[in-house]
Amino acid sequence: MAHSGPMTDWRKAKLPVIAFLAPATIIYTLFMIYPLLDSIRLSFYATPSGGEAAFVGLDNYRTILADPDWSSTFWNSFWNNMKFFAVHMLIQNPIGIALAGILSLPQLRFRNTYRTMMIMPTMLSVVIVGFIWQLILSPVWGVGADLLDIIGLKSLFGPWLGKEGSALITLSFISVWQWVGIPLMLIYAALLAIPDDLVDAAIVDGASHFEVFIHIKLPLVLPTVAMVSILTFVGNFNAFDLIYAVKGALAGPNFSTDIMGTLFYRTFFGYQLQLGNPHLGATVASLMFLIILAGVLFYLFAIQRRLARYQL
Amino acid sequence: MSNKVLAKGLAGALAASVALVPLMASAGDLVIESWRNDDIDIWNEKIIPAFNKAHPDIKVSFKPTPPTEYNASVNAKLAGGTAGDLITCRPFDASLELYKQGNLAALDDLKGMDNFSDVAKSAWQTDDGAVTFCLPMASVIHGFIYNKEAFKEVGVEVPKTREEFYAALDKIKEEGSYIPMAMGTADQWEAATMGFQNIGPNYWDGEAGRKALIDGSAKFTDAAYVDTFKELASWKNYLPDGYEAISYPDAQNLFSLGRAAVYPAGSWDISLFNNQADFEFGAFPPPAAAGANTCYISDHTDIALGLNADSKNAAEAKLFLEWMTGSEFAELYSNALPGFFSLSNHKVEVTDPVANEFVSWRQKCESTIRNSYQILSRGTPNLENDLWNLSAQVINGTLTPEEAAGAAEAGLAKWYAPHQ
Repeated sequence: MAHSGPMTDWRKAKLPVIAFLAPATIIYTLFMIYPLLDSIRLSFYATPSGGEAAFVGLDNYRTILADPDWSSTFWNSFWNNMKFFAVHMLIQNPIGIALAGILSLPQLRFRNTYRTMMIMPTMLSVVIVGFIWQLILSPVWGVGADLLDIIGLKSLFGPWLGKEGSALITLSFISVWQWVGIPLMLIYAALLAIPDDLVDAAIVDGASHFEVFIHIKLPLVLPTVAMVSILTFVGNFNAFDLIYAVKGALAGPNFSTDIMGTLFYRTFFGYQLQLGNPHLGATVASLMFLIILAGVLFYLFAIQRRLARYQL
Repeated sequence: MSNKVLAKGLAGALAASVALVPLMASAGDLVIESWRNDDIDIWNEKIIPAFNKAHPDIKVSFKPTPPTEYNASVNAKLAGGTAGDLITCRPFDASLELYKQGNLAALDDLKGMDNFSDVAKSAWQTDDGAVTFCLPMASVIHGFIYNKEAFKEVGVEVPKTREEFYAALDKIKEEGSYIPMAMGTADQWEAATMGFQNIGPNYWDGEAGRKALIDGSAKFTDAAYVDTFKELASWKNYLPDGYEAISYPDAQNLFSLGRAAVYPAGSWDISLFNNQADFEFGAFPPPAAAGANTCYISDHTDIALGLNADSKNAAEAKLFLEWMTGSEFAELYSNALPGFFSLSNHKVEVTDPVANEFVSWRQKCESTIRNSYQILSRGTPNLENDLWNLSAQVINGTLTPEEAAGAAEAGLAKWYAPHQ
């Protein structure tokens, strides 16, 4: 009868387990899984003018990936999205790590004040952030030119948001400014979990704070850094709001700020005289899903499994 | 347990949402669907009471939806059979699609339809012009608004020809106290709408050129279109510094703060400037070349009213539409919304001086509409979107006029048979 104990427990536990799982399962299925599957289903159909939707197999995917117009737009938005992601990975996350490292220094004063100020932009609405930065960088009323004038660099100022070469980078920096608080907070929390005796021992052995950070703290928070990276990837490839708020759905000049989110919006909902096409829109959405899925799988199999974890 | 609770909760939520579905208006009450939520007071306080003077027994209610949601919401309501009796019509394809799906009734036999010109009706007709399915309400006119004080100060006259126009802009630039022209290319659409479609009709002879593009006898690579782009390219000399990042509200503010002399305008800008500018301003039509016999203006059909084909109050709705063809409505509407001009042939007294100046051009110039709106924006790539992008790039100097014209033609040739 050795087995009867756990069995009874499970039978007793069954109802609460279902009860606790049910709300999340139902809501997640209803609002996430079902729409996702239905959107993929939608991408296999097409509606001829005035007719009923008919199954067309992979035709929509062929249109987006093989038709020269659609594919050039699609790959343009894909590469713009990669640049957008690269700026976040190379600028936002290192700054987040560095700031978290500084914040966790024991002798730092006004720690909470800094922390609050750095997380502040994250709490602002994207529309407000877009509006503020448009004003700051405006060649007519912006303080950007005046600020550069103070340090004698006014000649460097330009209408950055309006130039093909600089618009996307400028928008990426605005996004970095807004979201740097998220990696900062996550990594700061992970740094706080590192026991003081590890740090103390290193200091006693003669390590500087910088060496402690590089050789002890950073390896210990690498799993968090990896998680932050994958969150950045998913967030960037789903991004839409900032570009739409600042440049509109046509993502000018000359589609230089067009990312996959804005391409999806234009395709699905239409724009001005361009009528919306739900089927092609769903195809773009499904392709976005596949790209994000590929990125996440790469992370799971190539990176996460190789990360060394330490029991603290 | 919890499943039952959840089920009960869901059932309760369903019941509540059913109860909240608005009850349909009773028979005899007309409901107007519209995206003009800005105009709700004008409809409730002026237009509907005026209609009720003639027809006191018909109750009319104006039910607007926000402009960005309007197309989706009215399509869903029409499909579900809960739409109002009168449907405000977007120009061209959006409404044409509704007619093709049988949601809008044909209005050719409506009394008073002959008060509207063919150009006015063209936005709400089938491609062959055989059936008209919405009653034209209003158009917007393009031209240039100018700061009268600035013109006086610099000593320039209102230009009558293209040569005078650019001479005036040069003089304003040289004098230096005003930005010659307030516009930016950040939002792209002004470059196409207030630029290309504003000055272009003088090059392509208005309706004749627009129809020639549709039947394929004219191409964007023709001199008329390349020259339009060339004139547009010259604008960058007169725009404020950093115009690439100047948005539509920036340009409006530059003008209404008195920092710019000329503003490429749509007539809808008048009410904003009436409220914000504390100097006198006037308007002039896009100047044609010296020696041109005719001038052309973009008098763009923008808004109309159609009849829901499934309306249970079709007879009453038709009475309302018939009343709208009359001069009383034309006068009410044009004066309540300066810058939106009635499309009927009635002689309308517009009291706002600048709006009156705009509408007076209809007498001396030929009207046309934006050339990308009818038929030509049906395919991929979309011509209207293309023109936004290309016009902005021409002004930015990243494309030459010839390249822009070639790109517009190539885009059209991809899907439109008459251009292949």
